Amino acid sequence: MNLLPLFIAIPLGTAFVVVLLGKTRETYSDILATIAALILAILPFILILTLDKGEVLVYNMGKWLPPQGINLVLDGLSRLMLIIINVVGFLAIVYSVSYMKKFTAKSKYYGLFMLMLTGMNGVVLTGDFFNLFVFAEIAAISSYALVAFGVEAEELEASFKYMVMGSIATILILFSIGLLYGLTGSLNMADVGRTIQGNGSTLLSFSMVLFLTGFGIKAAIIPFHAWLPDAHPSAPAPVSAMLSGVLIKALGVYALMRIFFNVFGFNLQVSWVFMILGLLSIFGGGLLALRQDDLKRLLAYSSISQMGFIILGLGCGNYWGILGALFHLLNHSCFKSLLFLNSGAVEYSVGTRKLNKMGGLSKVMPVTGATSTIASLSISGIPPFNGFWSKLFIIIGLVQANHFVLAVLAILASVLTLAYYLRMQRNTFFGKLKKELERIKEAPLSMCFSMIVLAVACVGLGIFFYPVMKVILEPAVEVLQEGIKYSSIILGG
Amino acid sequence: MKENKGMTLIVKTVIKFLAPIVILFGIYMILHGHLTPGGGFPGGVVIASAFILLTLAYGKEVAEKKMKRSLASLLESTGALFFLILAVLGIFIGGWFFSNFLPKGEPLKLLSAGFIPLANIAIGLKVGGGIFAVFLALVIFRIAGEGGEEQK
Repeated sequence: MNLLPLFIAIPLGTAFVVVLLGKTRETYSDILATIAALILAILPFILILTLDKGEVLVYNMGKWLPPQGINLVLDGLSRLMLIIINVVGFLAIVYSVSYMKKFTAKSKYYGLFMLMLTGMNGVVLTGDFFNLFVFAEIAAISSYALVAFGVEAEELEASFKYMVMGSIATILILFSIGLLYGLTGSLNMADVGRTIQGNGSTLLSFSMVLFLTGFGIKAAIIPFHAWLPDAHPSAPAPVSAMLSGVLIKALGVYALMRIFFNVFGFNLQVSWVFMILGLLSIFGGGLLALRQDDLKRLLAYSSISQMGFIILGLGCGNYWGILGALFHLLNHSCFKSLLFLNSGAVEYSVGTRKLNKMGGLSKVMPVTGATSTIASLSISGIPPFNGFWSKLFIIIGLVQANHFVLAVLAILASVLTLAYYLRMQRNTFFGKLKKELERIKEAPLSMCFSMIVLAVACVGLGIFFYPVMKVILEPAVEVLQEGIKYSSIILGG
Repeated sequence: MKENKGMTLIVKTVIKFLAPIVILFGIYMILHGHLTPGGGFPGGVVIASAFILLTLAYGKEVAEKKMKRSLASLLESTGALFFLILAVLGIFIGGWFFSNFLPKGEPLKLLSAGFIPLANIAIGLKVGGGIFAVFLALVIFRIAGEGGEEQK
């Protein structure tokens, strides 16, 4: 039996059953959500074991053949994204079991969370433009609700801002899909890609600009980033981890990659646009992060900066650049989720997120302190942690493409990252423990479990980067380097 | 009907006669969705609008007696689950997710088009329950907001 529809059916079914279970005891919702997330986290690895490295699976929904029907496509790139989404999703759910106790309506939380997983799994699997739009909306709308889950004034305001920006992105994307449909008469990505080859219409360029803006807003690249520093800190910690670690990548960067590399085809203009936007994000996000005194806000700005690295690497367009970008995408989902989970643990125990009210916490919260240090070192690119390798690959890519100035700037930006993470570490986990904080306890077991697994992943990906690169990353790089051959691979002939 | 809540007697009387017909029309739209314009979504909206009319005319309390909010959300979840079960049954019976595994029947007859009528019913439940639940949630929120202002 083919496993692909399960990535959509399992979370969707769980979402509604878990809401129906809301009237019964809370433990049932916990158990159901955890089991569903565990199955989802195991499935992508089964796919890796059973399929050959470069094999592409196409699944026609309801036996309708493309271009009329909707197809699900599993290639190297989707496989990488599925691993990121479902593994981080599982860890966030395990973390939520303890963390979400202070909120009421836990079953509704699990329902929304599962809907978000459905949306993201759908986005990375689908081979159809309109289907992509629908799944992106499922994920986005449930994330609006999750950001506002605390229903305090600040959270509602952040959610409203996020919703307005997200809706603008949605309109632009829908308009662009409409334009493409008008030009080609098809909604299937592979079919559209085949039809528009050699077509130099101005409308096509307009549609590219609309896609870039729309998905740029979802990916929070710098001129479109305004919603992120409000939305990500306001959400409950496991949701922030999902939003920063996964959602902006699945909805934003993945869609950009798929559309610009596989449908429109990569060219010099796109390359420069990507590199300039990437550089803007790296420095803008980094410099803004330096001045933050709210722990989660600092992490949010840092997300913008790290997304810049990914976009910059993609902009190179050569093997090392793309490899670095995809590896950084994988790494960022590990360490940024970990950092957000850490901030959640700190908030859970200490009750504040202000950097100047903390200090010396690693004495009373050893697990949180140690994992947070690992994550900070990884994200700053200290060898042998994973962040070092991905940033190194991006810089190799830039040098190979003869962008020496950009390479030097990227190294400088890496130092900038180290600067604000050192500041964060000094203010929270190192230094003198304040008197009023001496009786703080470590976070509960399930929260520690998620943090430890992610920390091990950070170290493991750094040490065993070579097998990971060969098994998971290279097929994904291949997909992007094949570019517009995507159409003929999917449709055959 | 001597309740002071809701609108005037004229509106209440009109709604009393109209609401069943609106619901009937919604059910017709859902069941004939595969033959005539309409289908699960518009049919569900029409049914929900009948309950919304009741709420507007008679006030929230009377409408709550006819259709509780918990019942509306229950119907919504059931509809979605029913739809998903149909899709998953497609894998086991038809071999593909969402494949139409029931006999197609003769075109333009009520019992035709395989599982499309069933899917329409599922969508009708989901949309009808969902829209009425959203409406009730908004109404409750407004009342809560007004109460808050009075306290000030």
